[in-house]
Amino acid sequence: MRVAPVKLMRAVTAALLLAALAGCAAPTPWVKPYEREHFADPIMSFNRDPVSSTYLQHVFESREGARGATGSVGGGCGCN
Amino acid sequence: MRLSPFARTLLALAVIAVPALAGVLPEDRADVLWHSYHGGDITIQGPSVLVRKKVGDNLSLSANYYEDMISSASIDVKLSASPYHEKREQWSGGADYLHGKSTYSAGFITSKEPDYKANTSYFAVSQDMFGDLTTLTLGYRRGWDRVFRDIKTPGGVLENDPTFHQRADHRGYSLSLTQILTRNAILGFNYELLTDQGYLANPYRKIRYLSPGQGAGFTLADQVYPNTRTSHSASAQLKYYLPYRAALTGQYRFFRDTWGIRAHTLELDYTHPLSKHLILDGSLRYYRQGAADFYSDLFPRANYQNFMGRDRELAAFHSYTLGAGASYEFAVPGVRALSRNSINVRVDHLMIDYGDFRNALLAGTYGAGNEPLYKLDANIFQVFVSIWF
Repeated sequence: MRVAPVKLMRAVTAALLLAALAGCAAPTPWVKPYEREHFADPIMSFNRDPVSSTYLQHVFESREGARGATGSVGGGCGCN
Repeated sequence: MRLSPFARTLLALAVIAVPALAGVLPEDRADVLWHSYHGGDITIQGPSVLVRKKVGDNLSLSANYYEDMISSASIDVKLSASPYHEKREQWSGGADYLHGKSTYSAGFITSKEPDYKANTSYFAVSQDMFGDLTTLTLGYRRGWDRVFRDIKTPGGVLENDPTFHQRADHRGYSLSLTQILTRNAILGFNYELLTDQGYLANPYRKIRYLSPGQGAGFTLADQVYPNTRTSHSASAQLKYYLPYRAALTGQYRFFRDTWGIRAHTLELDYTHPLSKHLILDGSLRYYRQGAADFYSDLFPRANYQNFMGRDRELAAFHSYTLGAGASYEFAVPGVRALSRNSINVRVDHLMIDYGDFRNALLAGTYGAGNEPLYKLDANIFQVFVSIWF
């Protein structure tokens, strides 16, 4: 079955609006606030020491073909 | 104004992300780091200083100064250039504004070295949802680079080649999601699309092609790169809190681009607090990539194809990185502003095995194309002090 691009766009927009509305009537959180004490512990941070992780990321990006999806931005090269 | 379907979707996602629901601004802290990289006859070291401070209840400002002092006699430099010393400085400033459950971030990064100047600006919006179990972040960044090439004057001084001045532009779109799964597990997902346009090669490095009977059996020539590149990368991180207070993180990233590079990154991190004050970290990272379509260690002849590159970042290789760190938290008695500080040390050992990049410096002994494959071992050292205030 072929779907015209305009119809597809409308369907996607409708789905996104429904998702937004669903967000307003959010489901009950299954992990209650008083059960989240472990996430307040610094060892559970994805980026405990930004100054260190940004540096290490720069070291890898300068030597590898892959890049991105690390959650940080950088500039320049310094890679010869 | 006409928007592309991609831009419309991004806008729709941004509109959904903005409505008030929240976040927490990062803590006020200052970090002073010294970094050192040594491997493959390259030494890069320098400081990095990062300061973050809240202004009022809703605004957090950050500033970073980073420096690389480079001393290089790498295999590439020995083959086609001269050993050199140079300095790269990078300044960045950013702001995070919290409004309800949304955080808006913007910043600017500028980097300067004698033959490369880069400016990057970025914007991101982050939204906490579903009882703060989910955080969605959308980001955009734009970069403008100016590329120069240094030449040595008859007096032995390095200066920009007046005939070489190129530009490179970059755009990036990112989407990140963190999701609390259980009271002990959190999942992170990142996707990033990056596009580049302009001069994307390294102007100092050369390709080599076979020329039997001449010198070492090969001749060097300029690299020719495509002027555009688009890449997609997606990563997932799962972090788990172990019952005896320790954290285990598993990460995977997939990467592909229009140059034909495919890469996989796997990482395992373990954090173990030994006492109230001492935290130990250990990590193992594995990386593997395939070569770019236009990469070759040794082309059969001059002008063999439209695009030709021999940058080893485009070669096929795999690497392991073993890392270990220790962090000691302490207070300075009697000084309220220094009630929480830490001193940190981290060492990483990087081992790269190239699959199709040979040590061309040994061509005289083995013959062009028969040299041993190149390997790189590097030690990466960091020491830094952090102060929360």
